[in-house]
Amino acid sequence: AVAVAAAMLSLDFLDDVRRMNKRQLYYQVLNFGMIVSSALMIWKGLMVVTGSESPIVVVLSGSMEPAFHRGDLLFLTNRIEDPIRVGEIVVFRIEGREIPIVHRVLKIHEKQNGDIKFLTKGDNNAVDDRGLYKQGQHWLEKKDVVGRARGFVPYIGIVTILMNDYPKFKYAVLFLLGLFVLVHRE
Amino acid sequence: LRKNVEDFTGPRERSDLGFVTFDITADILNGKKCMVFFLTCIHLQSIFDWNVKQLFLYLSAEYSTKNNALNQVVLWDKIMLRGDNPRLSLKDMKSKYFFFDDGNGLKGNRNITLTLSWNVVPNAGILPLVTGSGHVSVPFPDTYETTKSY
Repeated sequence: AVAVAAAMLSLDFLDDVRRMNKRQLYYQVLNFGMIVSSALMIWKGLMVVTGSESPIVVVLSGSMEPAFHRGDLLFLTNRIEDPIRVGEIVVFRIEGREIPIVHRVLKIHEKQNGDIKFLTKGDNNAVDDRGLYKQGQHWLEKKDVVGRARGFVPYIGIVTILMNDYPKFKYAVLFLLGLFVLVHRE
Repeated sequence: LRKNVEDFTGPRERSDLGFVTFDITADILNGKKCMVFFLTCIHLQSIFDWNVKQLFLYLSAEYSTKNNALNQVVLWDKIMLRGDNPRLSLKDMKSKYFFFDDGNGLKGNRNITLTLSWNVVPNAGILPLVTGSGHVSVPFPDTYETTKSY
């Protein structure tokens, strides 16, 4: 019975599409393209304003609990005028690894010319991050930093984690969204 | 080696922060390392409103050496959740993290400044870093301690 209902629903959709003439269909496709471009522009704009290559990140681990939990969303800035100081929460990448880490700065040593090396530690970890760095690497540098956490919103990032862990879920969401935009009369 | 005893209070616009007494005992075990003991009485009030989930408190030492124009080292930190006792009375605390310098800049360094700061973690929103008013300067002696005495 479920299969029959699904078949009937999809037929309904197709009828709607057939009723639209070609011009309306092209219009819908353009609309869709506009939405995607606007989203991209907003994202790029955020990158420029914050100075960070990834202005919004999702917390993936529990190493900063109880402040941040898996699924929390962090807003980052990475302006050069803001120097790195202890106590700040930084998002950094270790050379050769793709996944960025969100931890707090524990120590900094900065030279006269602005060269800085620093050490990090997760609030919920017992030891500092030296064990996580590359073999032979004892400090992080400015180039490893993706951004500094300036604000956050809890829970919302869970959607991204779900989409990563269950790719079928991601495809289903994208498919439904695309379908909705294409078919919706307005 | 008792190096320094200071007494000061500092009011802030959002809270009353009182720093009462400060004992610092510094032992330099080798060229780079030192253990710092301290006695502090801290009182944090009215920072905790409905949107404050926790405070991440940390005591940091800031100083300058020949090698590096600016060094900052966190000696101790604590997570204080909303609902925890806002009065902290810590006596004779050992530093939580090793106070290593990048080089031998602690020997004879007359001006190490210790400040207490905190990161306000809201339920949602901006994550500010606030520095408590008042700080203590600690000088380190010119010679190394050869015996372990902590």
